[in-house]
Amino acid sequence: MALLEINNLKTYFFTRNGVVKSVDGIDFSIEKGEILGIVGESGAGKSITGFSILNLIDDPGKIVAGEIIFNGINLLTLSEEKLEKIRGNEISMVFQDPQTSLNPVISIGDQLIETILYHNKKVAKKDARKTCLDILKLVGMPAAEKRMGSYPHQLSGGMKQRVVIAMALLNNPKLLIADEPTTALDVTIQAQILYLMKKLSKDMNSSLILITHDIAVVSQLCDKIAVMYAGRIVEYGRKKDIIFNPMHPYTKGLVACLPKLNDENDRLYQIPGIMPSLLNLPEGCYFKNRCDYADEECNTYPEKKQIDKRILFCHKVKEN
Amino acid sequence: MSQSQRKLVEVKNVVKTFSVKTGTFKKRDLYALNRVSFDIFKGKTLSLVGESGCGKTTIGKVILGLHQATNGLVNFRGKDISKLSPHKRGAIQKDIQMIFQDPYSSLNPRKKIKTILEQPLKIHTDYKKKERLNTILSLCDNVGIDHSYLNRYPHQFSGGQRQRIAIARAMILKPELVLADEPISALDVSIQAQIINLMMDLKEKYRLTTLFITHDISVVKYLSDHVAVMYLGEIVEYASKKQLFNSPKHPYTQMLFSTVPDINTPLETDSVLKAGEIQSPIDLPQGCFFANRCPYKVPSCSAAHPEILDVGDNHLVRCPNC
Repeated sequence: MALLEINNLKTYFFTRNGVVKSVDGIDFSIEKGEILGIVGESGAGKSITGFSILNLIDDPGKIVAGEIIFNGINLLTLSEEKLEKIRGNEISMVFQDPQTSLNPVISIGDQLIETILYHNKKVAKKDARKTCLDILKLVGMPAAEKRMGSYPHQLSGGMKQRVVIAMALLNNPKLLIADEPTTALDVTIQAQILYLMKKLSKDMNSSLILITHDIAVVSQLCDKIAVMYAGRIVEYGRKKDIIFNPMHPYTKGLVACLPKLNDENDRLYQIPGIMPSLLNLPEGCYFKNRCDYADEECNTYPEKKQIDKRILFCHKVKEN
Repeated sequence: MSQSQRKLVEVKNVVKTFSVKTGTFKKRDLYALNRVSFDIFKGKTLSLVGESGCGKTTIGKVILGLHQATNGLVNFRGKDISKLSPHKRGAIQKDIQMIFQDPYSSLNPRKKIKTILEQPLKIHTDYKKKERLNTILSLCDNVGIDHSYLNRYPHQFSGGQRQRIAIARAMILKPELVLADEPISALDVSIQAQIINLMMDLKEKYRLTTLFITHDISVVKYLSDHVAVMYLGEIVEYASKKQLFNSPKHPYTQMLFSTVPDINTPLETDSVLKAGEIQSPIDLPQGCFFANRCPYKVPSCSAAHPEILDVGDNHLVRCPNC
């Protein structure tokens, strides 16, 4: 049985200007110890997918349909009280911006200790402190002992992200959701954080969902990849298929437009245009206006196709 | 550096210090720039690469006049402008324009796109209303802004479109030098490609001179003629793009290359974790600044600060062991 299974999840936002279908009927699953990458441009619904799993959707948003089955339980049927026991404990999340996800007036140590004590009141504070120190060392924090007393503003961006990751890992979560964990960081620090996350996920045999706009980052970490476009998954499958043999024109574009160090071309490939507004989606395939292969057939939304172990939504890719 | 090319900007031994409080009554000097020297040739693009905190934005601001250099010279068209405030620069100011990192905060949310683009023309030219509009329209065609966008406000645009508007604003006065400070790092990878290609087109079309500031060495390849790698306020390697990409010499440059995520190479393992972080520019070590992160460190590295040396063909490296 999969650790997490998402069936036909729909998260809509009911705004003054109309209904925004941020997540519109997506399915995926993740096994124990597996790393799944969700890739797409801003506004594709990747972060909303992450928030939906933890039921962190605020008004005017609402999860209108679907199932989120974690360990055999549908999280959408649980009460807020029970969900709080799962959040930060069995499923935890690392947010995009480490600058804003730590409390600026509480020391790093106290924030970490609170995470343990909140979920397990029986732990002695001294023991909790020791666990926190160990985990800080694990994420590669230099002078961990000294840093326990530091405040967020005294740390660099990379250090803060390490603290946030440490905090997410404190209660040995079965699933970690990382929403653009390295976007606010330098390339050199990004490589360190990615390596760290991969190592920790393998060591602790926990699953990881990595949300990012950078397909290169995903390719270095993930076992499976889901490519999202305008609220829907357009291609989903094993990493080696998606990265080295992309079939959907959008995935092809994402791979092709990466800057490459050993590329002989003078120009970068670019996907023309921008993603349509979710309030004003085109009839048929959402990608047709930017697609090189589109024709009349694309005026209806493509049916789901399964090719090998990959799921795909495109008229132009034929089976066999 | 061949003398046949004309130098537009000459930066010579620029030092910039900031005074920071380290205690109630204590003040220390933070060395943001340590004797930085480079030239930018007319019609060419120089890329400055380095991590946050290495001083790459500070040098941009010194050239623009937003900071005054503590020491050293910035010659623009042969005239030292390093000590002039933006007010005293007069006409020179219109020939140096900047594109900022974050298109969400660099455009005034209360002004229409047309007003944003028209403002520089009102200040620096005596064009009539009609001429101003024509200038704006023809530029919009070149940077890919639809004419119907002109009556909209910044919040109606996505990040990539906003950055196009910011580029248009920088280009409207036909500047001689454009400083682009991380113009693509706030954008999605797919949109980054569009903006890089646009900047390449503009460079060709207007024979633009650009200082391109970035932390991502992989995009440098498409835009630059020369590359300078900065570390803790000084240049550690300077070379033509081809030389640098074919044979990066300084260990820091090599580290930058090894950390670029690439779909064809797996994540490097232990060496990455050891790479550490840039240190504080307040307590600079006596020897090589990079020594504590350098995989090839030898005892002599901590003893004396290395000078930047030419290793052939104007390939400058600040490492005696290369």
